[in-house]
Amino acid sequence: MTGIIDIVHAEYNYWIYTALMMIGFYAMIAKKNLIKKIIGANIFQTAIFLFYISLADITGGTAPIIWEGHEDVIYTNPVPHCLILTAIVVSVSTTAVALALIIRIYREYGSIEEDVILAARKSLQPEFSEYARQKGGEE
Amino acid sequence: MSRIQESVIVRTIVRIMVPFIELFALYVIMHGSGGPGGGFQGGVIFGAAIILYAMIYGIAKGKERMPDTLDKILASTGLTIYAGTGLLCLFFGGKFLQYGMVPLLPDDPAEVSALLIDAVEIGIGITVSAVMISLFFDVSPPESEEEELPAELPISTYREA
Amino acid sequence: MKTLALFVVLLAGAMLVYAGQDLPPFGDSTTDMYQNRVTQRYIAGTEVESGVPNMVTALLANYRGYDTLGETTVIFTAGVAVMLLLRRRET
Repeated sequence: MTGIIDIVHAEYNYWIYTALMMIGFYAMIAKKNLIKKIIGANIFQTAIFLFYISLADITGGTAPIIWEGHEDVIYTNPVPHCLILTAIVVSVSTTAVALALIIRIYREYGSIEEDVILAARKSLQPEFSEYARQKGGEE
Repeated sequence: MSRIQESVIVRTIVRIMVPFIELFALYVIMHGSGGPGGGFQGGVIFGAAIILYAMIYGIAKGKERMPDTLDKILASTGLTIYAGTGLLCLFFGGKFLQYGMVPLLPDDPAEVSALLIDAVEIGIGITVSAVMISLFFDVSPPESEEEELPAELPISTYREA
Repeated sequence: MKTLALFVVLLAGAMLVYAGQDLPPFGDSTTDMYQNRVTQRYIAGTEVESGVPNMVTALLANYRGYDTLGETTVIFTAGVAVMLLLRRRET
């Protein structure tokens, strides 16, 4: 029993990121609302950020900024911090483009529910294919 | 105009806070090489100051302060500063973004690197702040769709709520 | 449908927990990732080569400068894409 507790205590960061990742993944798969899907994707990304940052940590280490006048300082690993700074910026960009696409979808279909959009597309589909066939025939 | 935009307290506090937020953003950008901070963080803080102003005083007044043309020019200027720094190193015989080759202070390449890293951070900050502001203005509804609250709405209505 | 989604999510979580047993404990400084010579070179060489005390800035703007140029381009492109998607034409 103490073995399990030791494992859980020594690696609790991995448990936390796994739980967050599962929450975000479930929201991405199961929710029909597009905004909720975006929120799920953001939670997923946050889990990955926490995973990387927790991998960089060293017990007793300081932030990776050179401390003048101190020789035997342990610095935490700066490489994952840099990678995650990149990932955060990319996450912001993808979220912005996704929200803009959702606004366009809402202007077009009047809804952000996946079911409604798919039904609307299905009802519009014959006209689209007819239009495309006529267009192709003319050329 | 929503009720929170009518509030005298919010409008006054925002008017006082915005310059300080912008000053803090400049501090974060310039402090990026010596401590926690950097171009991305400072740029987002600078954008947040303008976004706060536009949220409280209205999109139209925000666009007066930050017109679309200025926004576009700034967004591309920052990227040009970054790429121009890299091309400057290429011009003086180094590789792309090899800062040490630029003969600003010829005896110490590390000092030149520190200066040019600051230049690069400023470029990143300008681009990020301009893009954040333009994202906010693009996603916000156009002026015609903003419903106007009646001007005679008494303060007591939201004091009760 | 929701049951299937829950099943998939739990399966993925179980796989991550199983794979996570091999990861080093929290705050361990003897891992390969920290003792790697690239990491140690970045930590030791920041002050000498870049002249800035902040290692993350030195990594971002000096060692990985090309990556950061691409990153700035990504955020600029996102701004242009949102502009093209949402801005209505003035007719």
